[in-house]
Amino acid sequence: MAKLKDLAQMEDRLVAGHGMCLGCGIPLIMKIVLRATEDPLIVANATGCLEVCTTIFPRTSWNISWVHSAFENAASTIAGVESMYQALKKKGRIPQDKKVKFLGIGGDGGTYDIGLQALSGAMERGHDIVYLCYDNNAYANTGGQRSSATPVGASATTSPSGTQSPGKLQRRKDLTKVMAAHGIPYAAQASPGRWKDLYNKAKKAFEVEGPAFLNVLCLCPTEWKYDEAKGLQLAQDAVDTCVWPLYEVENGKYKINYKPRKKKPITEWLKPQGRFRHLFKEENASVIQRIQKEIDEEWEELNRLAGFSQQK
Amino acid sequence: MKKETWKELTLGTINLNAGNSVQNLTGTWRSGKKPQFIEDKCIQCFFCWLYCPHHAIEVQGEEVKGIKYDYCTGCGMCSEVCPPKEKAIVMVKEEIKLAERSSK
Ligand SMILES: Cc1ncc(C[n+]2csc(CCOP(=O)(O)OP(=O)(O)O)c2C)c(N)n1
Ligand code: SF4
Ligand code: SF4
Repeated sequence: MAKLKDLAQMEDRLVAGHGMCLGCGIPLIMKIVLRATEDPLIVANATGCLEVCTTIFPRTSWNISWVHSAFENAASTIAGVESMYQALKKKGRIPQDKKVKFLGIGGDGGTYDIGLQALSGAMERGHDIVYLCYDNNAYANTGGQRSSATPVGASATTSPSGTQSPGKLQRRKDLTKVMAAHGIPYAAQASPGRWKDLYNKAKKAFEVEGPAFLNVLCLCPTEWKYDEAKGLQLAQDAVDTCVWPLYEVENGKYKINYKPRKKKPITEWLKPQGRFRHLFKEENASVIQRIQKEIDEEWEELNRLAGFSQQK
Repeated sequence: MKKETWKELTLGTINLNAGNSVQNLTGTWRSGKKPQFIEDKCIQCFFCWLYCPHHAIEVQGEEVKGIKYDYCTGCGMCSEVCPPKEKAIVMVKEEIKLAERSSK
């Protein structure tokens, strides 16, 4: 079992001096994921907060090989790197016993939306890569436009709340399930509030042969508009309200990794965040009811899937 | 910092200076409050190390030893996640003159 004290002894693959916001959740995720393999690692990064804030020329926060090509193709970039590596191995230019791991990273905009085609292709072709999506529910780096990961009722710059609208009207895309439907060996959902679970999932993702997908909820005080010091509580509440269930799909089998003893009401998650503030006005009470109903249905559905998997 | 021009760029904008962002002192962003480490209250859980977004927790050997103020942005995460009832990291007021800060 990993201990934080031991992880802290490992070399930082992403170092200090990056420009991410006060209280940002991305560095927390990276601190764990980049330590989940001891093998050399190559990263391809889609545009977004992580990419922009860690590579402001002439500086870089990356201590390992890192590639950026465009917003929409982190998955094809890393798939290309992996193919080249396999080809060089075949030609004997890289020793047979050399182990290298490949990681593609994107935000929810770069993954759920514009990068989905590239990601789907890479997963289908079966590259031996890990793809990590840090889902902060918005296009944060360009000022908080809504993405297909933005939840119902959230106010974003392109789905603003006001007299005519209670924020975003459409449901989130359930990307983890979409990825699992590719029949890949490993797909999982994690939260930085439960670091051991995140570490175990990242380790598994690196260890399986073939493509693996990790979807990690990412705190974003800037776009979610909460007190930046209070992120950990929020990350816990996301799993305790079942807004962000922790589960994994291994070779088609669903497994729930954490079931709250008592599911918290959705308001615990909504209340501290400014992007949901308008929902607590009387006229928007039905929106909160809708959100609670949809979360309950999704949680039941997930339990059903996990139940089927047990019977298999 | 001396500004490079396009003439000094490596072809393909390749940056060979891995990890050179450590020269960016994010501590210069801090305003109003800073964390203070009280060593004898620390239970060595390493939560602050994990949750500090700016790599500003000083670790020596197997122990948390303090705060690297050159990088600390004063967000307060470390203090918030510190588990003991009497916290080993508390946020305290900090007055900084802007002139001093920018000369760093
Ligand atoms: C093709 C293209 N369109 C638009 C942009 C501008 N752009 C840069 S970052 C970004 C938002 C990225 O959002 P997301 O992937 O959610 O990552 P986050 O910023 O939240 O980390 C956009 C739209 C771009 N770089 N390339
Ligand atoms: S906008 Fe959000 S995700 Fe981007 S650096 Fe700031 S806190 Fe992090
Ligand atoms: S206040 Fe924020 S930046 Fe400073 S040491 Fe604590 S967690 Fe790190």
